[in-house]
Amino acid sequence: MITKRIIPCLDVKNGRVVKGVNFEGLSDVSSPTALAKYYSDNGADELVFYDITASAEGRALFTDILCEVARTIFIPLTVGGGINTLDDFDRVLKCGADKVSVNSGAIRNPALIGEAAKRYGDQCVVLSADVKRVDGVFRVFAKGGRENTGMEAIEWIRRGVASGAGEVVVNSIDTDGVKNGFDLELLQEVCNAVSVPVIASGGAGCIDHFTQLFQAIPTIDAGLAASIFHFGEVAIPNLKEELHKQGIPVRR
Amino acid sequence: MIAIVDYGVGNLFSLKSSLEAVGADVTVTGDAQVLRQAERIVLPGVGAFGDAAKKLQDSGLAEVICQEANHGKPLLGICLGMQMLLDVSYEYGEHKGLGLIHGAIRPIADVIPAGYKIPHIGWNALQFPEQKHPVFRDVQNGEHVYFVHSFHGTDCADHVAATTEYGGILTAAVARDNVVGCQFHPEKSGDVGLRILKAFCQGEF
Repeated sequence: MITKRIIPCLDVKNGRVVKGVNFEGLSDVSSPTALAKYYSDNGADELVFYDITASAEGRALFTDILCEVARTIFIPLTVGGGINTLDDFDRVLKCGADKVSVNSGAIRNPALIGEAAKRYGDQCVVLSADVKRVDGVFRVFAKGGRENTGMEAIEWIRRGVASGAGEVVVNSIDTDGVKNGFDLELLQEVCNAVSVPVIASGGAGCIDHFTQLFQAIPTIDAGLAASIFHFGEVAIPNLKEELHKQGIPVRR
Repeated sequence: MIAIVDYGVGNLFSLKSSLEAVGADVTVTGDAQVLRQAERIVLPGVGAFGDAAKKLQDSGLAEVICQEANHGKPLLGICLGMQMLLDVSYEYGEHKGLGLIHGAIRPIADVIPAGYKIPHIGWNALQFPEQKHPVFRDVQNGEHVYFVHSFHGTDCADHVAATTEYGGILTAAVARDNVVGCQFHPEKSGDVGLRILKAFCQGEF
């Protein structure tokens, strides 16, 4: 039986993981390679690296680090942040990324999804969408959630999948950071609309929120989170043990 | 030396790194002579079967790989590389494979119920037949590996080396003596994957 995936997300700026982390036994808590290895050894099913660097130097550093990570750990790696062109896809895929996540780049140029899918395969293209309710309607936001594009989110995601996105990460701005649970209403709508894997993001505060997610929406494929893993509030082995007890298939 | 066949399909960085991680001396090559000199050959692949098979034929490497495999050199096909070991694929038409293992590549949709997502993406458990191929000597029933595929091997009953369950039974690996194919990605399957790669690099078969 296919298992539900648990995915930590690491934001990298100028070669270091930001949003500080706090693990015992990890000497360099902001080293992307050390953290990636820690997560890989402790049951993460996949890792997402998000490049939040703005400068060209930072970007070059990011790809160097990605190569180092890909030489060290052997689980799927998804890379996002600053992906605007096919050259950007090329740049991170050559460094060992398995999937590339597009967000604002696809909003500026929706054709990017189809072009990338044609060149690298659907399985390689992940559409990441930041979604927020505005007057009761789910809207897509760009620029890290700061700018309302006015586009209706479910339709945007449906179009992205039709163009070739092989997976969707849905980040709810409404629940992100609140630690009150995933946005089940939004995620259910997305799962009803597309037939590719859907990864839930935004709102996880404790183990129970993952259990709720997978029980409420059996077709959701994965749960993604950052700070609760980084700060050690939720340890992935404990999370998986609990999911297993609740009858949710996980890789342990 | 282990040769990874480079015929212009996909990115070989992770595969090379994973083989190096289990101690192999690895060369990525599109040179027939290097393939002949290699002790073992890994045939990777992503994308569409038709394009990849054509590239492999046009480069002249298909013939070399078959000759070497038929002389007993260990050969490991991964993902699309596994699919190309078989006789034929029905992915968007009909395409000839290397024919090193009998069988045909068909859509997984033929054997899984409606409602299951395609491609089959994620970590799924392996089940082995009673007689386990030596490449899987260090992997137990129920251990998980990472899959990304929409097609799989069929009609290769005698050569099915592992299966996985996804609403129906999918072929996860095939093997015939020195020729082995994994539908999943051992280079992305964590510790379990590294054990398989290590057994391929060191095993006698």
